Amino acid sequence: MDSVPLVAYLGLGLFLFTTGAVGVIVRRNPIVVFMCIELMLNAVNLTFLAFARYSHATGGAATEQVQQSFMAGQMIVIFVMAVAAAEVAVGLGIIMAIFRMRQDVDIDKMNLLRG
Amino acid sequence: MQMPELTPNLMFFGALAGLAALTGVGVVALRDPVRSALSLVLNFFMLAGLYFSLNAEFLGIAQIVVYTGAIMVLFLFVIMLLNLGGQKQSIEPRDFKVPFSLLLGFGLFALIASQLFQPLMHITKVATPSDWGSPQNLGVTLFTEYVWPFELASVLLLLGLVGSIMLAKRRF
Repeated sequence: MDSVPLVAYLGLGLFLFTTGAVGVIVRRNPIVVFMCIELMLNAVNLTFLAFARYSHATGGAATEQVQQSFMAGQMIVIFVMAVAAAEVAVGLGIIMAIFRMRQDVDIDKMNLLRG
Repeated sequence: MQMPELTPNLMFFGALAGLAALTGVGVVALRDPVRSALSLVLNFFMLAGLYFSLNAEFLGIAQIVVYTGAIMVLFLFVIMLLNLGGQKQSIEPRDFKVPFSLLLGFGLFALIASQLFQPLMHITKVATPSDWGSPQNLGVTLFTEYVWPFELASVLLLLGLVGSIMLAKRRF
């Protein structure tokens, strides 16, 4: 989109990533922690797309390498989505298993692996 | 750097970005997990709109279908199964972590912003072709250059499928 500077997209991505990181630390409900991880993944996706979209504007000819680089931005977003889907399926399965075992979902009380 | 003039494009971006930031904060700040999830759904819709504004149409659609259609439904389904919504165990006590992590967040934001934004300030024009996000371009690239990562992603998804079934069936 013309006339919107690249840093506007980057700033939004950075803000969402920071919000997600704070949420991972603050929240105790593992489901909300997962949502914050999704938020961070999406912030990174937005950053990748913005960089790819504005990649020509840094000057220089549209060589083959530049051509590949701006498609690479979209490709990595696709793969991040696939990985996120697999991660959520397994992660929510683990949360269900822990909940069945303990009837409790406060992650600050989950210290089974503490030495 | 002077402020860019207020074009309709910029106003559209500002509305979407403001709502995305607001709902992103809502995910962290709202105490009820169901409200967090619905806030995240709104956030994904705003992000899909931003993908459209970057001319990545296919990824915008995929964002809506995959994230809000599949992943968030899974989240809400698990919240419903665990019966967490609006109960006392979903109310989290506030402690020392909150100001500490807020400080950490501000520090992270300030660190990256101060290092990253200054050299990129002058970039305001897009120069990629406007059909770069069309399904045809994406498909050709995905099935020529990125065919091995694509196949690996299918293996990963299969592993996720099998692993989640195993976790759901096992008795502890």
